[in-house]
Amino acid sequence: MGTNHVQPLPDTRAIPSPSQRARARREITLGGIAFTGISQLFLLSWAVMVVFPFAWMIMTAFKTDKEIFFSPWQLPTSPQLGNFARAWNQASIGRYFGNSAIVVTGSVTLTLLLSSMAAYTLARYSFPGNRIIYYMFLVGLMFPVFLALVPLFFLVRDLHLLGTYHGLILVYTAYSLPFSIFFLYGFFRTLPSEVAEAAIIDGASDYAVFWRVMLPMAQPGLITVGIFNFLGQWNQYLLPLVLNPNRDRYVLPQGLAFLSIQQGYQNDWSALFAALTITLIPTIVVYALFQRRLEQGLTAGALKG
Amino acid sequence: MYRHKYRFIVPFLTPAIILYGVFVLWPYSQSFYIALTQWRGVSAHKKFVGLSNFDKLLHDRFFWNALKHNGLLLIALPIVTICIALLFAALFTQGGRGVPGANAYRVIFFFPQVMSAVAISVLWQFVYHPNLGLLNGLLRTTGAGNLARTWLGDPRTALWAVAAVIIWQAVGFYMVLFIAGVQSIPTTFYEAAIIDGATRWSAFWRITLPLLWDNLQTALVFIGIGALDLFIFVQIMTNGGPDRSSDVVARYMYDTAFDKSEFGYATAIGVALLFLTLTLSIFTLRVTRRERIEF
Repeated sequence: MGTNHVQPLPDTRAIPSPSQRARARREITLGGIAFTGISQLFLLSWAVMVVFPFAWMIMTAFKTDKEIFFSPWQLPTSPQLGNFARAWNQASIGRYFGNSAIVVTGSVTLTLLLSSMAAYTLARYSFPGNRIIYYMFLVGLMFPVFLALVPLFFLVRDLHLLGTYHGLILVYTAYSLPFSIFFLYGFFRTLPSEVAEAAIIDGASDYAVFWRVMLPMAQPGLITVGIFNFLGQWNQYLLPLVLNPNRDRYVLPQGLAFLSIQQGYQNDWSALFAALTITLIPTIVVYALFQRRLEQGLTAGALKG
Repeated sequence: MYRHKYRFIVPFLTPAIILYGVFVLWPYSQSFYIALTQWRGVSAHKKFVGLSNFDKLLHDRFFWNALKHNGLLLIALPIVTICIALLFAALFTQGGRGVPGANAYRVIFFFPQVMSAVAISVLWQFVYHPNLGLLNGLLRTTGAGNLARTWLGDPRTALWAVAAVIIWQAVGFYMVLFIAGVQSIPTTFYEAAIIDGATRWSAFWRITLPLLWDNLQTALVFIGIGALDLFIFVQIMTNGGPDRSSDVVARYMYDTAFDKSEFGYATAIGVALLFLTLTLSIFTLRVTRRERIEF
């Protein structure tokens, strides 16, 4: 576990080697068929368990409240787009969505900026204290956020940052630094130094080397860290729950949790299902676009930790 | 090779250090002192009470009740999650490319992992809903209607209903972790085993599992740390109820701090949680320590 290199997962869709083809032939036996049958059955049932709740959620989001209660299994007779309008406007999901977008845009940008600068210096320059600073950042990966919650609340309150966008941006960024620095550190270490040396010989300053040479080369790593932080911060609940008490400033997960209690009293289930669907859309888009990179990022952090 | 390097290092490193120091390290270090005080958060003055918060903790039956639930999940979650994830990983890598449809399954199974725990919890609240929920509806249409119940409202099922959601969400992550581990095992090992007449089953036990040991260790530590938290799932789905039957330490701590304003005592619970987490991680790493197989 000593090294921090991030290695991409081998592509599983590779062309089968002769031995694999020999294996495939082996499958065509009675035991092989039984094995395939049982495993497919199991895999299919798990897939249904994962997909079904989401499919049901989306279907329900298009129904009237009456349909939800009296015909929970049928498709909606006519899709109720009004549910989404109600969720967006009356139930304030639109506002929460906007708050989340502002905060997360700010915090992901700041996280990428600060962590790439810090990781680069720690990975490519030797100076006294380098190790201490690196391990100091790593400590943050081990402590539960819970422990910091009470002092953090009073600190943020005393700095008059409670319930502000910039307050949340700063705190999100601070708690995202350990993982991001850890990940990017490994990335900058593996980059070749020839290009940077050539640039220096051509008279480029340290700054120019970083911005014009190293950062573009580190782009794949930055994208992975960016996606990872986007998801983590978009889904963040514990920190805003404590630091963001003003309902007008609620971020999406807070708003959703609040709504699930409130709509229960108002019996407006259809709007709640529409709200859930709206909340999940950005996550689904990001997942669809970056699924492979995301798997890499999540496991690279775990494997080499 | 680099000139005037400190003119570069200092401005590049300082912003991250300041932000991290102020919002992460400072609160963490403060909490060790706050845990030794009695403090309701109103005045700046914290009354120093020594270890009496921890003494109170030892006799707090609500704390023990919550800890018992964490303990039960600490046993159940790793076993179930790892078994399922390991099975999937084996199926998706066997013979190099996995069973038919492996890639599609893999994409689906991983998906809950990227979703917000809040959204998952709200969604499953409805899956478990006694009247209009998916689960009871399914049980009734398949003729097993007598099994239908108020899953989250019944002290006998609440905790396990929440646990099922956590497993449902976590399996994908550990599956991907194990797949990455299996793929780093050289295929020549399996080829040699096949030539020697090994079955799929014995190849899994004799080659895959021993060489996956590091990943299993990581998984155990991660799930263990997770089992000592679980705040979001519990808070949203049951808020610890009914009658504290699904309470966990993290939720109890949050309640103590931000509902009852007993900040000193709550922080003591947090410190206890930290020590439990660290002890557990070290214990897991020790017990599962094996001679490393280099390959």
